[in-house]
Amino acid sequence: MGENILEMRDITKVFPGVKALSNVNFEVKKGEIHCLVGENGAGKSTLMKVLSGVHPYGSYTGDIVYEGEVQKFKGIADSEEKGIAIIYQELALIPELTVYENIYFGHEIKHGKTIDWNETIVKASEMLKKVKLDVDPSIKVKELGVGKQQLVEIAKALSKNVKLLILDEPTASLNEDDSANLLELIKELKNHGVTCIMISHKLKEIIAIADTITVLRDGATICSLDARERKIEEAEIIKHMVGREIDNIYPKREKKAPGEICFEAKNWTVYDAAKGREILHDVNFNVRKGEIVGLQGLMGAGRTEFAMSVFGNTPGYKITNGEIELNGKKVNFKNPSEAIKAGVAYVSEDRKGNGLVLIQDIKYNISLANIKSLKNGLAINENEEIKVANEYKESINIKAPSIEQKVNNLSGGNQQKVQIAKWLFSKPQVLILDEPTRGIDVGAKYEIYTIMNQLVEQGMSIIMISSELPEVLGMSDRLYVMSEGKIMGELSAEEATEQKVMAMAVQS
Amino acid sequence: MSENKNDTAKAKAGLGSEIVSLLKSNIRDYMMYIALVVIMVFFTIKTNGGFIQARNIANLINQAGYVAVLAIGMTLILILKHIDLSVGYVAGFSGAIAAILLTKYEVNVWLTILIVLFVGLLIGLYQGTLVTRVGVPAFVTTLAGMFIFRGLLALTLQETGTIIIPDKTFNALSNGFIPDLPVGDGSIHVLTMLIGIVAVVLVIFGQIKARKNKLKYNFKVTSTPVFITGLVFVSALIMLIITVLARYQGIPWTAVIVGVVLIGYNFMLNKTCLGRYIYGIGGNDQAAELSGVDVKKVTLFAFCSMSVLAALAGILYTSRLQSATPNAGVAFEMDAIASSYIGGVAVSGGIGKVTNTIIGALVIMSLTNGMNLMGVDISYQYIVKGIIFIIAVAFDVRTRKKAK
Repeated sequence: MGENILEMRDITKVFPGVKALSNVNFEVKKGEIHCLVGENGAGKSTLMKVLSGVHPYGSYTGDIVYEGEVQKFKGIADSEEKGIAIIYQELALIPELTVYENIYFGHEIKHGKTIDWNETIVKASEMLKKVKLDVDPSIKVKELGVGKQQLVEIAKALSKNVKLLILDEPTASLNEDDSANLLELIKELKNHGVTCIMISHKLKEIIAIADTITVLRDGATICSLDARERKIEEAEIIKHMVGREIDNIYPKREKKAPGEICFEAKNWTVYDAAKGREILHDVNFNVRKGEIVGLQGLMGAGRTEFAMSVFGNTPGYKITNGEIELNGKKVNFKNPSEAIKAGVAYVSEDRKGNGLVLIQDIKYNISLANIKSLKNGLAINENEEIKVANEYKESINIKAPSIEQKVNNLSGGNQQKVQIAKWLFSKPQVLILDEPTRGIDVGAKYEIYTIMNQLVEQGMSIIMISSELPEVLGMSDRLYVMSEGKIMGELSAEEATEQKVMAMAVQS
Repeated sequence: MSENKNDTAKAKAGLGSEIVSLLKSNIRDYMMYIALVVIMVFFTIKTNGGFIQARNIANLINQAGYVAVLAIGMTLILILKHIDLSVGYVAGFSGAIAAILLTKYEVNVWLTILIVLFVGLLIGLYQGTLVTRVGVPAFVTTLAGMFIFRGLLALTLQETGTIIIPDKTFNALSNGFIPDLPVGDGSIHVLTMLIGIVAVVLVIFGQIKARKNKLKYNFKVTSTPVFITGLVFVSALIMLIITVLARYQGIPWTAVIVGVVLIGYNFMLNKTCLGRYIYGIGGNDQAAELSGVDVKKVTLFAFCSMSVLAALAGILYTSRLQSATPNAGVAFEMDAIASSYIGGVAVSGGIGKVTNTIIGALVIMSLTNGMNLMGVDISYQYIVKGIIFIIAVAFDVRTRKKAK
């Protein structure tokens, strides 16, 4: 049935140190709704970036065949010209401009050299009708809710005569009504001949809407399932998403009887003023001395938000209910400084963005969070600082010519070790590791696992947040699964399987 | 031992390449010194040696004092990725307060200085609070400050117009010289020579100690010949300036004041936690915040320090003119910001040294002084300074990009 509008053949895309896509084949039929699923980091977004020209021709190998021709997109402008439009999870609208200005932003309707605003408004209204959005086109975008903004984005895509519409987790930030609305619209567009690729984590809606489902895992195509022939079950998709064997890449550690509860969150409920909604609901969570507890969930499940709200760095967060106990005592950290003093450390998921001061050297970064302990009168005891930094460089094996090396010249793995060293120097009781192995190579991963094992053997409590399911299963004594700001369940290392975890993570 | 010999041999063979690589990696710093020397030589030739005369050098230091003080404060602000446009009029306003206190109310000169510095602190608290607590961008806050303090300056001097200050102690701050020891025949300023020698000894010992420390930890150091050449060069430069000054009337009080501020701020930035935090916030404010740094408090401190230094600059400038005028403070912020950037503060924040800022201030003030001696019209002076400023920053941005 139907011819292919798109064929991506043997696409391989390599980032420094990481092979994001390896020989991916991806076929989309004209006029279908094609859902792309996979774990975080499976390569879905990278594949779509290759398609839309964000990763330009030449930066990948393989062919993109679109409407029967091999395409060499150098940028988004090229792919847009051919009728490919991509709508990202983070909307790309300009809040202070009106709806009609946004719809035609970048491809304005001109009358001679100047913009024809009247024509723009008329055309924009037509587009809004197509997406069934009943708003005044001259209202500012910021006045609209997220759901309606999404529709404006789609109207914008339609105004460019889109033939292939790519939606990256379009319902991730929508409530149920808006989601249902959007899915209805996508079906409607299909009837008008628009082909649609949708990336989503929500299996229910995928099953409801998809004609074809392609599963990616670890940068490779696993399978393409035809949902028109037979009904696809959630379990089948999950199996393909995770179906990987855990090999022996996790260093063993002696199982010990768990110690006392070191850190506990009770009914922790947080409201985010920026998003205008509750982001964590009634989270109950604890970690014992000498224990690694995994916090698992898909992107946006609220894991990092939980860590940040506990750590006290919460601009716009309001803790509406619940409490945190450290060694049985109630604590309330107003800022990271208090959390650090009490013995909580947070290794950020974004080591370049908010973990390290890249233009400074290793020594500087290691001592930063606990520099006060090196004070000798007014001045910093620099010899002591050098000693400390050298000790950590040795003990956790930071590979660099000296501790005076600037951090931005280090590899990802070594940067991560610097970050860990920095937090170890703050002498924490509870160490929160947020995506500790993201973007680093296998060897460095192993070293970081080894460090984690050593730390828990010394009695530290570790909370491990990771999108890599095998890693969480391989390292944790116990794990919690989150979805949409709620704890969906708790599993011991023995009972946890990838299927069970994934089934909980995609619940809502 | 044999390793040592080996090192020496290697060092000798690689001396040429070491100098080249040293030049390459420190080209930014060297360019600044080269620029300063070129400017000085140029003006010396153009003024038939008038520029380099002892009297003019002393003059230059006295003139550069207030800019240097402002530039030191501005360096902190710029490292933190903020800006303070109000410093000129804060300085002018502070000078006017000093003049009123000294003449109208006949307040003791030291008490006057304390009061003026305290007023600076209050101004800093006001602007810093707006920036950190209310969240008004520093550019806007201090632009408003320009209006406000210009107005306050005019208001303060409304009744009296320019106030002539009769107080000798106050005027000596930017016109006087340190006293001499009662020895010698008066042909040379003995205390100045002594201070020069002590300074050279301190520099040499300090450098050797730092180098030894680095060697102890196996850090990269420059080879011995390069190190010694550097020491000789610095010592010679200090002694040259000191001798020139000593043959005239000695070290100006301004130099002493700037020296104290410079040493204090250099210590603060390099040796204390506060200094670490400032570089951390400038380099990555989110990482600093997550490392437990109170970003708002540190920023507030920087604005307070800036305004206190602006008040000090106002005192120096007023003392220099021996009067407070309604025109004081015009374009001070331009010189201060230019000095910091010429001195190598990164436009993207996080990097900068107050010691280099002083060189930047010397570049700017040498230009002013030299062009004044040559009788260059003020309009051309602004254009020349602007061009040098933009060349310095463009060069800085380029070299940093390449280093990446």
